[in-house]
Amino acid sequence: MAGETYTQPAGGRWARIGAWIDARLPVSKFYKAQLLDYYAPKNFNIWYFFGSLALVVLVLQLATGIWLTMFYKPDGVIDGEGFSGAFRSVEYIMREVSGGWLIRYLHSTGASAFFLVVYLHMLRGLMYGSYKKPRELLWIVGVLVYFALMAEAFFGYVLPWGNMSYWGAQVIVNLFGAIPWIGPDLIDWIRGDYSIADATLNRFFALHVVAVPLILLALVVVHLWALRTVGSNNPDGIEIKEKKGSDGKPLDGIPFHPYYTVKDVFGVGIFGIVFASIVFFMPTLAGLFLELPNFEPANPLSTPEHIAPVWYFTPYYAILRAVPDKLSGALLMGLAVFAFAFLPWLDRSPVKSMRYRSKVWLYALTAFVIAFCGLGYLGMKPAQGTYVIMARILGAVYFLFFLAMPIYTRNERTRPLPERLTYHA
Amino acid sequence: MLRRAAILLLFTAAAMTASGADDPNQQCIGTLGVADVDVNNLASLQKGARNFVNYCLGCHSLGFMRWNRVAEDLHLSEEQLEQSLIFTGSKVHDYIKSPMPRGDATDWFGRAPPDLTLITRSKGPDYVFRYLKGFYRDDSPARPTGVNNLIFDGASMPAVLADLQGVQALVTHAIIDPKTGKTKQKVCDKIVLEQPGRMSPAEFDVFVHDTVNFLTYIGEPVRAERQSMGVVVVLFLAVFTVFAYLLKKEYWKDVH
Repeated sequence: MAGETYTQPAGGRWARIGAWIDARLPVSKFYKAQLLDYYAPKNFNIWYFFGSLALVVLVLQLATGIWLTMFYKPDGVIDGEGFSGAFRSVEYIMREVSGGWLIRYLHSTGASAFFLVVYLHMLRGLMYGSYKKPRELLWIVGVLVYFALMAEAFFGYVLPWGNMSYWGAQVIVNLFGAIPWIGPDLIDWIRGDYSIADATLNRFFALHVVAVPLILLALVVVHLWALRTVGSNNPDGIEIKEKKGSDGKPLDGIPFHPYYTVKDVFGVGIFGIVFASIVFFMPTLAGLFLELPNFEPANPLSTPEHIAPVWYFTPYYAILRAVPDKLSGALLMGLAVFAFAFLPWLDRSPVKSMRYRSKVWLYALTAFVIAFCGLGYLGMKPAQGTYVIMARILGAVYFLFFLAMPIYTRNERTRPLPERLTYHA
Repeated sequence: MLRRAAILLLFTAAAMTASGADDPNQQCIGTLGVADVDVNNLASLQKGARNFVNYCLGCHSLGFMRWNRVAEDLHLSEEQLEQSLIFTGSKVHDYIKSPMPRGDATDWFGRAPPDLTLITRSKGPDYVFRYLKGFYRDDSPARPTGVNNLIFDGASMPAVLADLQGVQALVTHAIIDPKTGKTKQKVCDKIVLEQPGRMSPAEFDVFVHDTVNFLTYIGEPVRAERQSMGVVVVLFLAVFTVFAYLLKKEYWKDVH
């Protein structure tokens, strides 16, 4: 039509809405910087799935957790029939809430899956030296995420108010009683009562659904922030940023999106198959993911035959019980978890990846993994006889891995690093 | 040296899985059989419900389960439910509660009979199966019920099913403590049926199987639905994963 001078902004309606938003909040710039312009090494192997899987499980836990909170009642008062409101509400979710059983199993299996992927994620870090310069803070924030996850899992485990919930809380809270001078008063303060009781359950509920998830989320954001700053490590343990093309982009890097997003979707598929198989066909995993004594209501008068935490805490539980003195045991247990944070300084080797490190390192790492798994097994067993002795041996191996690291990594005979990533399409 | 240490560690790990304490009566307990549950066997579940109502409900509740949920899952009409299962005066939407007053029960047995909704979940179906079959005559004055149980020593429950099963007794041998020369422990060699009941052992096995099957269903009423839904979900995810893999392959073609 002649004479009209109206100029249409470029693009269609959606592009215009996008431009309107970007002028006020640079969403597309953020998206571009984080996904399209974030270059990741192209040689990620199977071990690199577990970071994104941890994020998937986190979202799953938040979503299912919100729905469980709608029906769960943090009421620990035990009635005339021997049940508490909390225990009843869990069975109510399992039987009378539509789809409640599925949400509960997703959440309970998700807890174990979270630890499984996080442990594999951490092992990946050990294998390829992902904690070394310049990723020290990335690693330490990761260790903090792990701490927060442990706290979250512990508080969550108490909520169904089964007998193992009750006695598990008893054991863990009593550890604080071993602290000299303030111990006894401190445990009263933690429990809010003179025994593990309704008040304890109420505050653990608050911590589980509000406080710890907030901390966890914040730490995960910082973890990703640090990752985006220093960039991902890779199985060769060399920096892709050192070899850039004429366009300024790493020669061995590929944009995170779409390459790793499509790859991670495939990883989520494989994980989903395993996860769904457990949720639908063996939700307790023979008592490993949901402990059978926890189907009995909390009973302050009846101690379970042997108290054991869920599998992901058993390595530390074995260390705790291997020490005759309660305070030393608790301290060693804390140190066992905390030791990971010191790795960037304990490991003196100039080479990151085990591909180019010495046999000594390989054996040490293998021994550590065996010790960790062995302690995990022992933590499920009663603390008696040979079990305790084996826990002491494996506990010693666990700590030696860390304590002797500055020595056995100092003059390590490493192999020459490749110029570029090894990648076979 | 280090290689040797690693091998030693591996052996320690292997040895750990092999060790473990055993119940000295394990051999006898093994002869009691296993529950072999099948929550898809509707006829067995219905018979189990009948057994429970006739023999267990007098003392034990299923306090988290409603009558009409059982009827729905077991394909019974509300009329059938009211006529052949509910003898306690409950309404169809009520929870399955025993009429026995808890206070009296505690006086009579020393401990009120537990709610059985979750018994198969906390103890496992095999435990319940063996428990129900494991009563034997025990004339010691410490046993007010005149019986004891092979897998729960000192159980306060009387042999409620003796009428059907008959009376069992244990053939034992004593383990002598070498230091004191006294009997340390009696170990069961075999279980014998001293006095037959109204059912043959095979009939009684079916009776207990149906009852435990029903209790397994009660422990997790969604079990059958969960498994059938699982097949669909896993198949869907498998197809999804195949396509995800093909998509990944397509995108990664240009990475060299």
